[in-house]
Amino acid sequence: MHIMEGFLPLQWCVFWFALSLPVVAYGAYKMSKMMKANREILPLLAVSGAFIFVLSSLKMPSVTGSCSHPTGTGMGAVLFGPWMTSVMSMIVLIYQAIFIAHGGLTTLGANTFSMGIAGPIVGYLVYKGSMKYGINMYIAVFLAALLADWSTYIVTSIQLALAFPAASGGVLASFEAFLAVFAITQIPLAIVEGAVTALMFKYIVQLRSDVLVKLDVASPSIINKLKEMSA
Amino acid sequence: MKMELIVAAILVVFIGAFAYVSSTGNHEWSGADVQAGNTIDKLTGGTYQPWANSIWTPPSGEIESLLFALQAAFGSLIIGYFLGYYRGLAKARDAATSEEQ
Repeated sequence: MHIMEGFLPLQWCVFWFALSLPVVAYGAYKMSKMMKANREILPLLAVSGAFIFVLSSLKMPSVTGSCSHPTGTGMGAVLFGPWMTSVMSMIVLIYQAIFIAHGGLTTLGANTFSMGIAGPIVGYLVYKGSMKYGINMYIAVFLAALLADWSTYIVTSIQLALAFPAASGGVLASFEAFLAVFAITQIPLAIVEGAVTALMFKYIVQLRSDVLVKLDVASPSIINKLKEMSA
Repeated sequence: MKMELIVAAILVVFIGAFAYVSSTGNHEWSGADVQAGNTIDKLTGGTYQPWANSIWTPPSGEIESLLFALQAAFGSLIIGYFLGYYRGLAKARDAATSEEQ
């Protein structure tokens, strides 16, 4: 999903920065407030950020004969919501832009929007929606992480299509062209990401279920049921 | 243990799919990010020129993989440290409650 350095016309770089920066700024504000009020949550915040670090560094081969990488944002989105996840994603994207020439500083706004904002919003809504319908929490996490990952790449395709409409067929035709690059490639990776994220939540339920209740991720009755199931 | 097995099974299927695809025909296994750049070339007829370059590019694939590995290692370290810390806390808490009884 990294749009490469210089590969977006200037006006689109500005546009995506204008959308992303306020979100990241508010996320940073929320994060610092939460860190002051609740030191206990800090380790989980660090783990969520580190999870993005690990997963977004893994470039995996897919069924289409090309490689792509998961985003790792589903965990942060479920635990802390999209605001704070946008901050963590931007940090990772800056690292990759500066040291690995992946993505870029001019395209940082667009990449932060797809990976740090759009994907996590989808993941967050999917999680909350699934929980409302009484779906098993681990399955809800699986779906949230899977769709956060996949939608990130759909949004990247939209961003590129908007900037580079095809001569014949316009934005829609080039959206299809970019989807052909990203959409199928990403499906197996998104499934793996969903599964690994769900596994992480199993450990969090085992070790710090109190924090899940405090963050309003799950109610005590759901946690107790999950613990009974695994016991 | 059940969930670990499910995740392992998904990984096995993933690896199996890779083995199957790579045994049937030639694939470049190039990055999707770069392919998107090629699609831009195709859509614009090669007229689009990137107007900025990465401020620094790893001088070789080896150095690039080093930096990716460092990224993953750093992340894994933090995850392992804190999950271990939580596990220790939980154990200490259990020990304290059983002593009280």
